[in-house]
Amino acid sequence: MVNVIDSAQSAPKARALRAGKPSTGSWIRRVPLVPALVFMFIVTQIPFVLTLWYSFQRYNLNFPTAPRDFPTLWNYQQIFGDHTFRVAVLNTVLLTAVPVIASVVFGVGIALLLNRYVFGRGFLRTLIISPFLVMPTAAALVWKFTILDTTFGVLNFFLRPFGLGNENWIGVHSQLTIIGFLTWQWTPFMVLLALAGLQSQGEDLLEAARVDGAGSWRIFRRLTVPQLRPYIELGVLLGSIYIVQAFDGIYIITAGGPSTDTTNLPYYIYETAFQAYDIGRASAMAVIVVIATILIATVALRLISSIFSEEGMRGR
Amino acid sequence: MSRQKKTLADRQAKPLTKLLLGLLTWVVVIIFFFPVLWMALTGLKTEPDADTSTPHFIFKPTFSEYASVWKGAGGLNSLPTYLEHSVIVTVLATVLVLLLALPAAYALSIRPVRKWRDVLFFFISTKMLPVVGAIIPLYVIARDLHVLDHLRLLIVLYAAMNLPIAVWMLRSFLLEVPREVIEAARVDGAGVVRQMRSVIIPIISPGLAATALICFIFAWNEFFLAVNLTTVNGATVPIYLVGFVQPEGPFLAHLSAAATIACLPVLLAGWAAQDKLVRGLSMGAVK
Repeated sequence: MVNVIDSAQSAPKARALRAGKPSTGSWIRRVPLVPALVFMFIVTQIPFVLTLWYSFQRYNLNFPTAPRDFPTLWNYQQIFGDHTFRVAVLNTVLLTAVPVIASVVFGVGIALLLNRYVFGRGFLRTLIISPFLVMPTAAALVWKFTILDTTFGVLNFFLRPFGLGNENWIGVHSQLTIIGFLTWQWTPFMVLLALAGLQSQGEDLLEAARVDGAGSWRIFRRLTVPQLRPYIELGVLLGSIYIVQAFDGIYIITAGGPSTDTTNLPYYIYETAFQAYDIGRASAMAVIVVIATILIATVALRLISSIFSEEGMRGR
Repeated sequence: MSRQKKTLADRQAKPLTKLLLGLLTWVVVIIFFFPVLWMALTGLKTEPDADTSTPHFIFKPTFSEYASVWKGAGGLNSLPTYLEHSVIVTVLATVLVLLLALPAAYALSIRPVRKWRDVLFFFISTKMLPVVGAIIPLYVIARDLHVLDHLRLLIVLYAAMNLPIAVWMLRSFLLEVPREVIEAARVDGAGVVRQMRSVIIPIISPGLAATALICFIFAWNEFFLAVNLTTVNGATVPIYLVGFVQPEGPFLAHLSAAATIACLPVLLAGWAAQDKLVRGLSMGAVK
């Protein structure tokens, strides 16, 4: 389902073609697909193979002439004993799971509010998607300097009446800051998904339930929640795929710190490759990340594959 | 947005509950929108108005910081240069994506190949793999091919980044084209290319536009590849903004003005395409 398996599949396909089994009709059908497939294969698959290859070398750009000892497990041994790597793994889990859950909760809540008749609903919907559209780099800078800053930040000003006016958000509550930023960025996406789910709900079904004497809470539990479930599952899957790669906000707001408090795997790999120039070790970490992603995504995809067959693959 | 009739729940609720829920909706939405609003407002201030420990909500708006961002002050490049890079990269990457994705989507929907499900999953699976897994070889390959810090490197990579989304989206639009229309064109003797040009493309043009907008949004905002593979000649707007990470002197109004200019194209595009946004983001899984 995920990459490794699929890239292998194109080979037997080519062989089947040469064997001349399919008719010329199916040949022609395939032609429009070829450019896109070849392009994607070259740009996305070849780098991964190279990552794997580098991961078995002692390859550091600071020492271009040093022997690379291919093949060696040195990089993997290094990672195995690396305390920071373990911290980065835990941070990645924390900084993915919490924002995903929080943005789903906020997203469903806001979608429920916006699904009612509210004055200026279209306008509000336009406003709520904005955090998602704003360039993450720009948003992170604005958060860092004009909102969270201890001197000039507007957040502490708003919190002063609640006795919280002197928090050092970036320096002390760094994980909370990143979680807040990611949740803010991703809530609009969940709102859109949940709204799509709510709007696919048949009004006559609700009417019938109402006539039968079901209360609001019962209708919500028995009709709305099951209706929303596939949309929420999809939101969790896609949110995780994107948020696990979070980089922009961390790079700008905390630079992985203080110490390694907000260093997630993408940021740690970035540091290893582009600040320590240790290509070999960074590649080995990337390999581990890719394998973990494949495992998790395969399980998750199987879990929600029903969505893709019911919704996206409607028709044939 | 779509003018929907009042739902059942609305008609049942008591007026006070309705009012409070409406108020809550406004408050929550404004809290979420506030950082964007604050960015735009701060950009309209002068530095003395912006760099204060007690925020100034009442001030005399001025475009002086927008003007100074536009003109640039010292440094290697001014914002217009980076904007130009961003426009070239996003536009060409989007054109490339559509040229590759439209035929592919056709072969996965209207006249599907035998294993279209596997092909679709191949496309979506490339989105699931983290970019960090590929960044190191991309850097080394780009260096060896002498395209590091070149615009065409980002064009190719952004096209690859958006191709799966575009295929999924276009496919879901193509599936909505009535079969009879295509059949009629075929009976009239139109070949595949003619069918595409004179029948299918006109029908799906709103979908085509939405797909282009979403590819544009993702490419415009992309930072990870840009920061690792470009420095000056191929640098896009996010790289310009990152220069503000080490502040010198009072700069909040300047930063906010620059950030607002950087966000404006995507905000406008996103607001225009908001109906279709979810389809692109969910890779076509939700209509």
